[in-house]
Amino acid sequence: MARIGVFVCQCGNNIEGTVDTKKVAEEAQKLPGVVYSRNYKFMCSSPGQEMLKEAIKKHRLDGVLVSACSPHMHEKTFRKASDAAGLNPFRCEMANIREQCSWVHHDRTKKTGTVKGNDLTRMAIERLKRNRPLKKINIPVTRRALVIGGGIAGIQAALDIAEGGREVILVEREPSIGGNMARLSETFPTMDCSQCILTPKMVEVELNEKIKLYAYSEVEKVDGYIGNFTVRIRRKAKYVDEDLCTGCGECIEKCPFKAGSEFELGLTSRKVIYTPFPQSVPNIPVIDAPNCPKFQKDKCGACAVVCGPKAIDFKQKDTVVEEKVGAVVVATGYQMMPNERFGEYGYGRFKDVISGMQFERLASSSGPTGGEIRRPSDGKVPETVVFIQCVGSRDEAKGVSYCSKVCCMYTAKHTMLFRHKVKSGQAYVFYMDIRAGGKRYEEFVRKAIEKDGAMYLRGRVSRVYEKDGKVVVCGADTLSNSQVEIEADMVVLATAVVSRKGSDGLARTIGIGSDRHGFYNEYHPKLKPVETVNAGIYLAGACMGPMDIPESVNMGSAAAGKVLGLFSSEEMAREPIVANVNERVCNACWDCVVACPYSAIERFTVKNGQGDVMGMHAKVNEGVCQGCGVCVAACRSKAIDLAGYTDEQVFAAINAF
Amino acid sequence: MMKIPYYPGCTLNTVAKGLDTSARESAAALGFEMEELKGWNCCGAAFPLTPDNLIGLTAPAKVLLNAKKEGGGSVMTLCSVCYNVLKRTNRVLRDDKEKRSIVTGFIEEDYDGSIDVIHYLEVLRDRVGFEKIKEAVKRPLKGIRAGAYYGCMLLRPFKEMGIDDHEAPTIMEGLLRALGCEAVDFPDKAECCGAHLAMTRTDIVERLSGNVMRSAAGRGAELIVTSCPLCQYNLEKSQKKTLEETPGYREVPVVYFTQLLGLALGQDEDTLGLGKNLWDIRPLLKSKGV
Amino acid sequence: MNIKLVKEDIESALIRQLERISGEDVKKCYQCGNCSAGCPVAYAMDVPPAQMIRFLQLGRGGEAFGAGSMWLCVGCLQCYSRCPKNVSAASLFEALRQMRLRSGGGHEEVREIPLPFLKGAPQQALVCGFRKLVG
Repeated sequence: MARIGVFVCQCGNNIEGTVDTKKVAEEAQKLPGVVYSRNYKFMCSSPGQEMLKEAIKKHRLDGVLVSACSPHMHEKTFRKASDAAGLNPFRCEMANIREQCSWVHHDRTKKTGTVKGNDLTRMAIERLKRNRPLKKINIPVTRRALVIGGGIAGIQAALDIAEGGREVILVEREPSIGGNMARLSETFPTMDCSQCILTPKMVEVELNEKIKLYAYSEVEKVDGYIGNFTVRIRRKAKYVDEDLCTGCGECIEKCPFKAGSEFELGLTSRKVIYTPFPQSVPNIPVIDAPNCPKFQKDKCGACAVVCGPKAIDFKQKDTVVEEKVGAVVVATGYQMMPNERFGEYGYGRFKDVISGMQFERLASSSGPTGGEIRRPSDGKVPETVVFIQCVGSRDEAKGVSYCSKVCCMYTAKHTMLFRHKVKSGQAYVFYMDIRAGGKRYEEFVRKAIEKDGAMYLRGRVSRVYEKDGKVVVCGADTLSNSQVEIEADMVVLATAVVSRKGSDGLARTIGIGSDRHGFYNEYHPKLKPVETVNAGIYLAGACMGPMDIPESVNMGSAAAGKVLGLFSSEEMAREPIVANVNERVCNACWDCVVACPYSAIERFTVKNGQGDVMGMHAKVNEGVCQGCGVCVAACRSKAIDLAGYTDEQVFAAINAF
Repeated sequence: MMKIPYYPGCTLNTVAKGLDTSARESAAALGFEMEELKGWNCCGAAFPLTPDNLIGLTAPAKVLLNAKKEGGGSVMTLCSVCYNVLKRTNRVLRDDKEKRSIVTGFIEEDYDGSIDVIHYLEVLRDRVGFEKIKEAVKRPLKGIRAGAYYGCMLLRPFKEMGIDDHEAPTIMEGLLRALGCEAVDFPDKAECCGAHLAMTRTDIVERLSGNVMRSAAGRGAELIVTSCPLCQYNLEKSQKKTLEETPGYREVPVVYFTQLLGLALGQDEDTLGLGKNLWDIRPLLKSKGV
Repeated sequence: MNIKLVKEDIESALIRQLERISGEDVKKCYQCGNCSAGCPVAYAMDVPPAQMIRFLQLGRGGEAFGAGSMWLCVGCLQCYSRCPKNVSAASLFEALRQMRLRSGGGHEEVREIPLPFLKGAPQQALVCGFRKLVG
């Protein structure tokens, strides 16, 4: 006969308000196999846990049921307490009489709540009676990490993991790491030069022996599970031999052909063999084959002629490498919303209507104008510049309901940079709200207004049109309740931060979730901000949503911390709630293989000593199985059962109802 | 010859006769026939902006019902307002079962919104093609700097009208270029002319229409084309005031796009109805040697 | 202006009726001012579109119905086509107009409309104008 202890929690008044816990405990006591039953104010408190431990020892309990909140909240707490008292933790179960009972009933006489509390408790006891003791599963951990994306978040994560003594593979899609931060001029609120603080970190990545950098590469496939991932990486052909290239730049110098510069956002051009910017890491150029006459018409080849070490290789092909890692940090970043969607602002039609990111390049000392603010149409220094915030952001009609978070700050920064560079200039800012929550952020915005004289106008802009070499901005100032018209020399649109094009495809490749805007979902928005539903895969930076530099660095370090925690031992323990196949019953129909959403079931071939095939059956990889139970439902021969939730247990619980 | 069911609307039968006749003759020259609906009534001249006002949908619903009964899968209009009212009503009847049952209950016959409401411009662009029009031109309007004025009803709301980009439309410019004109883009080409305020607030209409004309003239337009009789009326009528108020402003004739089309296709100036315009286009043609 | 805010005004039946007739939810508006910025007749309105919606949000039916703005909106839909929240100020103006006309208050007397206009204008102007402005 079982010796079960039942503990019914009042949860202050949370449960007691509509459930008579004393009565529930008394009813439970009457059930066969229950040798001890009590109610208590807070089971999760230290005295509550002590009471549970003592009861286990004193009454020699072989099973414990806690009727309290959702197992999500405190199953771990009570299983740990049981373990401490010498009871197999998986012989401790919970009945949820809070979220699923007291909180959804309003009957203050406690009548309905108590009936349901009794039912739930009784069912759980029957399930518990048939609970087998389980042991945690140990799986090996490959103590090497993959970081996808070499922006500031990815760089930070890679450096921190390397600092912790573990190897890192950093994959970057572009020819250089640095991401969007490399484009920025100065950074708010300190106004230090973006490249000056970023490039040392980039060099650190290059010099760190623990970091293997794959630039100009993309992750094609991620297989496996926590601690044991296999990653396939496509290294795109650079047509330059990395081992031979010295980065002297002679080829770039001599290349006679040009194409629009991606890094400079079309404000200027670059050579067809190029590095995105002078401080690129790695400092190895790539050839833009679609724009190179050598590839299109077999003409030129000047780069190969001038290259001293003979590093140019027009025959180079993409290569695919495979790496084994134990954890993955996804830090793929963001992009700006394509401005072409703003017909009323004339982006793409009017040369002097530019994006905020383009303004960063105009203001950057390494940019196309050497840091002088000159408008694209005629190179004149603009005297009047209108900045429009929330272009796309908070605009449901354009599909972006969220706030892009960084625009208020960078627009304030832009007005300052403009005023510092054009002393006689006047900046106007159209805003809806100023969102400057952050250390020294509000003070920064006020400085732009009070010290640098930016005129902030509360309202949106309806349209922009060209007139006699000016761009006329028609907007509203809702505070004075008037229409305002500004004849500006240049207009800067603070366009929305959106997810990277193709982000949902990568999400599918690596098995994580993304929201309707294409940003990756964290496991829990507050309490597990860098984890994902796929164990061993972590997030960092603006691939999760709009984020500024400090926040991206935080997230990068946080993800690295998680990775290092995982890598702290060679093995990791995981919950034993996994499916088991009864090999003798399995008839190898493979329905389970098809049904499993985690690819955790394989077709296993049984061979004898001579290597003859004796038969086949399904086999569950315990490392990958998430215990969802889909295979149990799919199996026609009833060969699969889920540990901790066996058919026997479930039927017993139903029968007890 | 391709026959397209055609709904003229009231104004085209009277004040804007030129829009009607020039379009019919041009159609014939381009290889399609505008087959006027045998029975039609006024569209109501305003699509009700509140979903509550169903009575305003009955007149256009009746037009659409007739068009369907007469057997065409579509009905074509020339006037921007008719186009707007019919197209939006059609969409309500197609997508909203509850409203359809009330409205069709009122006109005592069911109609399901299944025909397409199209504009003459769409026929020119999508069925005939501007290239073919270019080939058919007998009298190229070379050297004429013409501005296309769209106004509101042809374009907005974009999600329902969808004939062209509502912020930067180009369909009429495409036609103008096919006719040999130089198409002049101007900022106010989709701004409001003042519409029915002509009835009560001529001051507003003069200001709004004046803005449109000054915007076009400022970019060098010597001629404005439009597809809406009310826009045409307002722009023309306000020009006297614009001339008075704007130093250096010179008169700019306002004609229907079909009048210009007919002209280029070689129709004679009388059937085009050019004489009815307040500001005569003919001196301009003469000065350009067209 | 001094407005005393009370819950009864904000939740007033009048505003709810206006919302029902217009099909718009005034709470959706976050007062960015785009409608007022682009409205071609806002310059002539005593209460421009964004402020009108604000009065409706505050439950100020008196200010909304007292303003002449409703008679000036021509329904060009520039406000609606650029509204980031898909609110149609034009529909709200039309609802205000409808409620006024339905309660018997007409804005224009036909006999006051100038004869040359009645004779020379396109019919569509008359039909549209009568439907929008005449009680």
